[in-house]
Amino acid sequence: MQTKRTIFRSRGLPYLLLAPQLAITIIFFLWPAGQAVWQSFLREDAFGLKTSFVGLANYTRLFHSPDYLNAMQVTLVFAVSTAALAMILSLLLAVAVDRLIRASRWYTTLLVWPYAVAPAVAGILWWFIFNPTIGIMPYVLASVGISWNHLLDKGDAMLLVIVAAAWKQVSYNFLFFVAGLQSIPASLREAAAIDGAGPVKRFFTITLPLLSPTTFFLLVVNVVYTLFDTFPVIDATTEGGPAQATNTLVYKVYMDGFVGLDLGSSAAQSVVLMAIVISLTVVQFRFVERRVTY
Amino acid sequence: MVENQRWLDILAHITLILGVVVVAFPVYIAFIASTHHPVEFMSGMMPLLPGDNMVNTYTEVLSGGVRAQMTVPLTLMLTNSLIMALSIAIGKIVISILSAFAIVYFRFPFRMTAFWMIFITLMLPVEVRIVPTFKVVADLGLLNSYAGLSIPLIASATATFLFRQVFLTIPDELMEAARIDGAGPMKFFRDILLPLSRTNIAALFVILFIYGWNQYLWPILVTTDADFYTIVAGIKRMADVVDSEPLWNFIMATAVLAMLPPVLVVIFMQRLFVKGLVETEK
Repeated sequence: MQTKRTIFRSRGLPYLLLAPQLAITIIFFLWPAGQAVWQSFLREDAFGLKTSFVGLANYTRLFHSPDYLNAMQVTLVFAVSTAALAMILSLLLAVAVDRLIRASRWYTTLLVWPYAVAPAVAGILWWFIFNPTIGIMPYVLASVGISWNHLLDKGDAMLLVIVAAAWKQVSYNFLFFVAGLQSIPASLREAAAIDGAGPVKRFFTITLPLLSPTTFFLLVVNVVYTLFDTFPVIDATTEGGPAQATNTLVYKVYMDGFVGLDLGSSAAQSVVLMAIVISLTVVQFRFVERRVTY
Repeated sequence: MVENQRWLDILAHITLILGVVVVAFPVYIAFIASTHHPVEFMSGMMPLLPGDNMVNTYTEVLSGGVRAQMTVPLTLMLTNSLIMALSIAIGKIVISILSAFAIVYFRFPFRMTAFWMIFITLMLPVEVRIVPTFKVVADLGLLNSYAGLSIPLIASATATFLFRQVFLTIPDELMEAARIDGAGPMKFFRDILLPLSRTNIAALFVILFIYGWNQYLWPILVTTDADFYTIVAGIKRMADVVDSEPLWNFIMATAVLAMLPPVLVVIFMQRLFVKGLVETEK
């Protein structure tokens, strides 16, 4: 690992400097994570009096549970749709801003602020707009003959959480797409234009391929976001319902651990989630172009 | 641009204006709702223009009137949120800059071990270790305290890597010169490293303040005492009224107040915000 040519010599000082960070890491990260792994092999009896070692039983039970398999499917649909929606919208806006020179700063300011809105607040806002009794969207939809009720309809509920989660993520993707677009040399597009390629053709044959490092980076970030940061969105809108239609993996860990008090299963789910985060982090560090010029 | 096509510029403007409208729409609706009397929501149609009850609504939620169905006034929740956000942002910056300093400017046994331990925290978001972490915090007696709200969240691999990156770009000559002049490590840190990383610290602070302010899952777990509710976690508790129609104007006023501080930070410190966002990702 890289260090300085010259260094300070001190025996105790570096440890002292690292102490606060390491203490918090060990107490609140490594120890609980270890506990989760250990507990995933245990099962408590119904009265919480006796705990016994059950090996992989929690995992077998988990992967045979229709609820868990459902949660996996829900998470997949949710993550892919949110990432796709948020990325397509933001790419569209970024391409538009990239064309304009003078007005671009104003538009950027007007588009980036939702990044600062808490996911829980975003959830509340969309929940209100889509509220079946007084919300404005069900009213508008009813006038074109579509009935909306996310309290009863599974598809409506899923759409609601996707819209709320994507709304918040657009600003983030937008900033990175704009940066990516600006790093594409204008000469390439000019050359294509001289050769007679129209704007649409230029976009698909030059801009989009050259933007792929940014796109791939954002894809990973968006998937991580929908997997782990959207708990508040779901809790504020659908609470996993109706009939588990929006019960994602993270929401289920919380419900099983704190509401259902099934510690063994919750711990096993935590371990599965850890495996997912670790593989996503590896993907992010190994394959994502890290030297994109912004 | 490559060629001057008027219709493309117009199309770009139309797209952006539509984008801005869609993005602002939910917030506009929330604000409108907060300016009306609660009875106006009974009609079944949400009004689209501001009402005349704005001052009333906001005074009532801020002071925690009985009608607002709240256990604590919003001023208290806002203060709690501010304390939590500031402790998380400052705490993360302080412990990360110190560890980056140790990792870059010293060589000592277990340096790599320390580095990897910090790195691992990237892979362990609160969401994947909810129950055991809650247990640790409960055992330490930190439930319902500012320490419990902030300390478990302040370990930061991203911030440590960022400062490490910054320190690596600072020329070695500066440190050699400082050593020749007889400066010890802490003096070098205070008089040279800190001033040189000032903008990075500011950019990181903006991002971390927003991160801290917007915390949701952790506060709902560790606070059961209304005196420690934060505003973002508090809205949900307000919206969950049993047996009666929620008081929409109060809930939406709370939502508006909950998003105002971080949104203002982004708008007024946009340059730092963008810098922080790009830096923390790399």
